[in-house]
Amino acid sequence: MGVLKVFKSLVIDSLDTITKGSKKYHIWMGFLTLVMLIGMYCYSIQLDEGLSVTGMTDRVSWGLYISNFTFLVGVAAAAVMLVMPTYVLKDIDFKQAVLIGEGLAVAALIMCLAFVVADMGGPSVLWHMIPGIGVFNFPASMLTWDVIVLNGYLFINITIPLYILFRHYQGKEAKKKVYVPGAVLSVFWAVGIHLVTAFLYQGLQARPFWNNALLGPRFLASAFAAGPALIILVLAVIRSFTAFKIPDKTIKKIAMIVTVAAQINLIMLVSELFKEFYAPTHHSESAYYLFFGLHGKDALLPWIWTAIPMNVIATIILTFGKFRNKLKVLYFCCFLLFVAIWIEKGFGLIVPGFIPGPYGKIAEYLPTGIEIGVTLGIWALGAFVFTILAKTAIGIELGELRYKPK
Amino acid sequence: MSDNKKWYTLDLGLNKKKSTSSSCGCGNSQGSCTSQAQQTKEEELSADEFYERAVNAAIGDERKKDGFEQVFDVKMDRRDAFKKLTASLLIGAGAVSSCTSITKDSDSKEKAQIDWEEQFKGNYKLMTDDEKKSTVDRLMRSYELRTGKNINMSSKNAEEDVLFGYAFNISKCQGYMNCVSACVEENNQDRNSQMQYIRIHEMDDGKGFNFNEADDNYYHEVPAEGHFYMGTQCFHCDNPPCVDVCPVQATWKEEDGLVVIDYDWCVGCRYCMAACPYDGRRFNWSKPEVPENEVNKNQHYLGNRMRKKGVMEKCTFCVQRSRKGKNPACVEACPTGARIFGNLLDPKSTIRWVLENKKVFRLKEDLGTEPKFWYFMD
Ligand code: SF4
Ligand code: SF4
Repeated sequence: MGVLKVFKSLVIDSLDTITKGSKKYHIWMGFLTLVMLIGMYCYSIQLDEGLSVTGMTDRVSWGLYISNFTFLVGVAAAAVMLVMPTYVLKDIDFKQAVLIGEGLAVAALIMCLAFVVADMGGPSVLWHMIPGIGVFNFPASMLTWDVIVLNGYLFINITIPLYILFRHYQGKEAKKKVYVPGAVLSVFWAVGIHLVTAFLYQGLQARPFWNNALLGPRFLASAFAAGPALIILVLAVIRSFTAFKIPDKTIKKIAMIVTVAAQINLIMLVSELFKEFYAPTHHSESAYYLFFGLHGKDALLPWIWTAIPMNVIATIILTFGKFRNKLKVLYFCCFLLFVAIWIEKGFGLIVPGFIPGPYGKIAEYLPTGIEIGVTLGIWALGAFVFTILAKTAIGIELGELRYKPK
Repeated sequence: MSDNKKWYTLDLGLNKKKSTSSSCGCGNSQGSCTSQAQQTKEEELSADEFYERAVNAAIGDERKKDGFEQVFDVKMDRRDAFKKLTASLLIGAGAVSSCTSITKDSDSKEKAQIDWEEQFKGNYKLMTDDEKKSTVDRLMRSYELRTGKNINMSSKNAEEDVLFGYAFNISKCQGYMNCVSACVEENNQDRNSQMQYIRIHEMDDGKGFNFNEADDNYYHEVPAEGHFYMGTQCFHCDNPPCVDVCPVQATWKEEDGLVVIDYDWCVGCRYCMAACPYDGRRFNWSKPEVPENEVNKNQHYLGNRMRKKGVMEKCTFCVQRSRKGKNPACVEACPTGARIFGNLLDPKSTIRWVLENKKVFRLKEDLGTEPKFWYFMD
């Protein structure tokens, strides 16, 4: 079996590359491993004592885990913004960025799944969700849709780059016929994972804060700002640490995407704020809580009032091409935007959905140390996975990794 | 509650002495357990000894089974538990072959067998009556093996031409909360976290049904001047949003209208909790604990049987009572007669009389959930 042999050699070679590297690389990986171990320790405590070690209660029953999950779905979906022009529209600028983007999507999806598992009360009976063995409540439950689209997206994002890298590894060109249909599919799929995740919340009549038609589109807009923003930052790092060439032009094109998405996101934010505050109803209380606090309870104020200015400032700066084209400024804006959207689409979206409760009870939520430990551990896991994937991909693309038939 | 106290406090039995029927982490009362020894001289075990003990510990322990406890009266400290978790991982596939070495004790063999079947049993909703029966038998046997005591667990199905409904008389309720404590005791709710299915909201006279300003956690003498009271719990909606969202169909509406949960099928995602507009659901954030002598041993699979950590639960209109023709515990406990329960399909039932003769209303009707829980006033 020729293919298997090549594959085996690819695995061995990539193991070889990922274990070798500069001192900085080893420190980075060592650091990530340490954080992951801490996360695992925290998780073992959670497994043992139950979710009571988190800040969640009957009143606010989803917290940091689900917030991060929601946000990361967005990051994962953003890879598509690079896939589309490269594979389909033959815009070569993006070619190098795409592999990185898809690697990022894979890492983000793995984090998503890890966050969902971390949030489960009974991770050991998760097999109940496997279609065929368990009972899969499809199509009634949006969560089952989410399981399908996330895993499907993961599959697509693993196979396409794998195929391309596999061909390049053997010194051959990847065949367009094979990967373009997959790429086109992934474009639609990415929009799908996003909408479905939004529908998860949007479909709950019990929570007026989420039960609003703009939730899905706003998810898309913010994701297409935050995801590419992260890709720009990652590309910047890769550019300075490896021999991988990423032209300025590529980064500037991605910056364009970030800008447009951020602008649309801002418009929708204004529309949302108008609706909540111009003619406030009983249903606007969650928004009041988020932005101004209710009855002296204001745990989310510092968060949201960090996020909003960051978001606005970054969007304004990005809007002017003069600033956007200065890379330093661009990186700064991307960082601002990324953090702002993390707060807004994570914490700022999930927690107020539960506050005030169904009968107006205001019970606040603050994550505990253990919860934060697990969260950091999962982020470290994502970074770890991404580093491995990126290092192999870059090795192949630079021609350092090549199949040598014996 | 002592007599000289003026204000009302909820008596959850927390002050009663806790029973210590078994202090051993493995839950094995037969003496074949070694986890005590393990605790004291854990460092000096030879490899063989460790393996042997690990096998014992793992087989006698529910942790191996599902990673979260199904033990009801057993305390385990974290270090011990973590060790067992590791031990059971270590054994892994070896467990099957090494079974022979520990099956001297037929009880532990049976226990292992039960645990095995329990881990891989299906969804109760989809079981045939025979399967339901054997599941319930297995659980009763399991409890007996673990604690040496017998419980009575029913798998009684819904009867035909029955649809349960509930009505609440706002004029009568004085906020005594007898219903709350009766419910806690009847349904074996976790005493540690003071889980309560029923919430009584204390509202201000003259402000109408203003839930926002109501207090659902009061500790003073009732009825308090200038207040009225209103109870909420799961309303057993006829169009329950909580049921649709469950990814594994661990919660569903029975033929007689009860919305129930299979605690062993629930994966603990809490999606149903987010979907419920009435704050009807409660989650076991940690291992629920009920002192052995306070356990209500008249149980139903879908009702008040013991829950474990990380699963959802809620009011079941006391399925263990209502399907036997009795009133739920809250109805029975209410000293004012504010609570009315019955079969909506029976034209001669009190509940039907109330619905036909009183001006009834329901909460958040605009959501289309069709609660089977009505409020009315005299
Ligand atoms: S009150 Fe809530 S938990 Fe009960 S049936 Fe209705 S939606 Fe479900
Ligand atoms: S918590 Fe349990 S019952 Fe509720 S939706 Fe999740 S699996 Fe279903």
